[in-house]
Amino acid sequence: MKGYRKYFRKKIIWFIITFFAAFLLNFTLPRLMPSDPITTIMARTARGITDSARTQEMYNNYVKAFGLDKPILAQFFTYVKNVFQGDFGLSFVQYPRSVSSIISNAILWTIALQLPAIIVGWLLGNLLGALAAYIRKGFDKILMPVSLFAGCIPAFGMAVILLVVFAINLKIAPISGGYGYELIPSFSWKFVKSVIAHYQLPFWSIVLISIGGQAVGMRSMSIYELNADYVKYSRFLGIKDRKIVGYVFRNAMLPQVTGLALSIGTMVGGAIVAEVVFSYPGLGTTILRAVKASDYPLLSASTLIITIMVLVASFAIDIIYGFIDPRVKAAQFD
Amino acid sequence: MKNTIRQVFHSSKFVVGFLIFVAILLLIIIYPLFHSGDPLEMIGLGSFFKPGTYVSVYDTIDTESGTMKLPGADAKRIVNKLSQEDREAMKVWLVAIGVPEDEINISDTDSLLALWKEKYDPSVKPKGMVMAERNYYKRLNKNLEGALNSSEVTVSEKDPESGEMTESKTVSDTDYVNTKDVANTVTLPLGTDNFGRDVLKELVSATKTSLFIGLIAGVIATFIGLSFGLLAGYIGGWVDDFIMFITNLFTVIPGFVLLILISYAIGQEQRGPTVVALVIGITSWPWTTRSVRSQVISLRNRDHVNLSKLSGHSLIRIILTDILPYIASYVVMALILQISSAILAEAQLSMLGLGPSTTKNATLGLMMSWAMLYSAHLNGSWWAYFPVLLIIALISFSLNLMNTGLDQVFNPTLRD
Repeated sequence: MKGYRKYFRKKIIWFIITFFAAFLLNFTLPRLMPSDPITTIMARTARGITDSARTQEMYNNYVKAFGLDKPILAQFFTYVKNVFQGDFGLSFVQYPRSVSSIISNAILWTIALQLPAIIVGWLLGNLLGALAAYIRKGFDKILMPVSLFAGCIPAFGMAVILLVVFAINLKIAPISGGYGYELIPSFSWKFVKSVIAHYQLPFWSIVLISIGGQAVGMRSMSIYELNADYVKYSRFLGIKDRKIVGYVFRNAMLPQVTGLALSIGTMVGGAIVAEVVFSYPGLGTTILRAVKASDYPLLSASTLIITIMVLVASFAIDIIYGFIDPRVKAAQFD
Repeated sequence: MKNTIRQVFHSSKFVVGFLIFVAILLLIIIYPLFHSGDPLEMIGLGSFFKPGTYVSVYDTIDTESGTMKLPGADAKRIVNKLSQEDREAMKVWLVAIGVPEDEINISDTDSLLALWKEKYDPSVKPKGMVMAERNYYKRLNKNLEGALNSSEVTVSEKDPESGEMTESKTVSDTDYVNTKDVANTVTLPLGTDNFGRDVLKELVSATKTSLFIGLIAGVIATFIGLSFGLLAGYIGGWVDDFIMFITNLFTVIPGFVLLILISYAIGQEQRGPTVVALVIGITSWPWTTRSVRSQVISLRNRDHVNLSKLSGHSLIRIILTDILPYIASYVVMALILQISSAILAEAQLSMLGLGPSTTKNATLGLMMSWAMLYSAHLNGSWWAYFPVLLIIALISFSLNLMNTGLDQVFNPTLRD
């Protein structure tokens, strides 16, 4: 128990620190940059206004509206306070909609798409990788180059390929969006069916990509473990092959879990871009729209939310890891 | 050194990856020698011209022609003329007068035409068909007959003052010109994109820019990662704690998000390929730091390092001569992976509208993003996005293969 407590305390402290750092970065980075967000906004809103006194006045108004005339520390505390109340300000483009109302919709779509897709992709990939390491021969010879190549296609590329093949050529899946454009979100059977139909292609494009990357990693991990001394020793002792394979894969899984915690950010990033291809109503499409329209509050809120999502996910993985790694239980964790 | 290289080239994976990569490099070096000119020049006034050779219609009229009788020329002409809608309309008519549906095959032009000739009768009024529809079929039938009759086409010139037409030439259906005699022809192996640019030329230049971005970003990331890793691993103590704290922070906070924030804040005008490469480089080093550090820690207490320390060699000298050579293979592998992921990062940034500024350079990501913005994937213009995807995947695949090959050479346990 002591081992667990120490491990979890350490992880929670670490989570709080990263959370705070992410917050700080999201706040400071845009302010460190040569061109301030307001100039970007002005480029859009003050287009066609030639009177310099008038533009200056607009600029000052924006500075005041964003509270940029206050000292930096005061700005930070206002920011923290607002964010914790779920207030990200108003969207420029979809004025007078608030950023949080736009985002809260998008978050649900993104989580519902990515969480299952990444988990399924990870499980399938590890299974295939382990099988490839165990069986070797023909299976391995075909599977590995294919996985290696599949892992090299960017998620958005896989999305385009699936879209063209299944939605446009075979016409068995809808082309874009999260549900039929003629429907209003509700809990009717028709709507749920439409959501499921629209879910397929984005889901599988993320799954296929993760399978490729995970299978390659799991395969080499398993091969490494299969050649380890304890395997030879166990064989020598006459322990059943099946039991040894169980040990081997359990040991090979541990680095894969850590690997998932480390690469979850990259995976989410890739999947977010894949959303764009399908115009899926998640955070990726929201970011694209925010960038195109120079909608600064929307963009900064989206990136903060993604960061928090990734932090929470890797925290959760760390916690799960604590339960499956026997070293934590034995309190030998450093 | 020589032996290591020989060993590396014995790895089939490395060789395959290396060959693919060299092929791509040769393409971007050699192709511009033969097809010079601005890769972003908009030659087509219209979007998504199909791949193929384009022959000036105007010039073919003046070109000397020869008469040829090719078998099946008429049939081909009709196949070309009958659109899918026409075929479906013909089927509707035939079904309306009572031909069983399974006897009609609209993809087989010959049988469809034979059936049409046999059954079509302008005086028949199928049930439920209005006057306009019947007229449509009359026109269709006339067109078909026109295509079958070998009547000549007259080319005439208009007098700019009087507006009088004078016949200058007649073209019959057996006239052929040699494409080499036509003054203006252009071959577009991959068609044009939405702006009317030659996709192949653009792709070659985009590959070059993307590789450049990958290389710069990879070198920067590897350099930062290597320096931090060496310092943290070798010096240890609070330096190690501090560097690892920062590194762990940036491993958990997704670099992708930082990339979006920084790219957006820099602004569209300042964002050239070099700046994008720089930003990618400074957001993707934590991986390298981690692996270099763990390598250095395992080397730190080796005898030759201790001997160096006792001899009073400086820190820099110990790192450069006693540690760096032992981790060189890791650094090369890290660099290869960094290049590959930087190219991908550029593509993803561009897909979100945060790619390099667009006036002078195309990158693979930008080409992809334009193709998506102008719905190339929805209107069947595969040439605008598929070659781009293929190149991205091939670059990444070749670099990853090289990395795996190297890994197997330097980590014997992974060998097959």
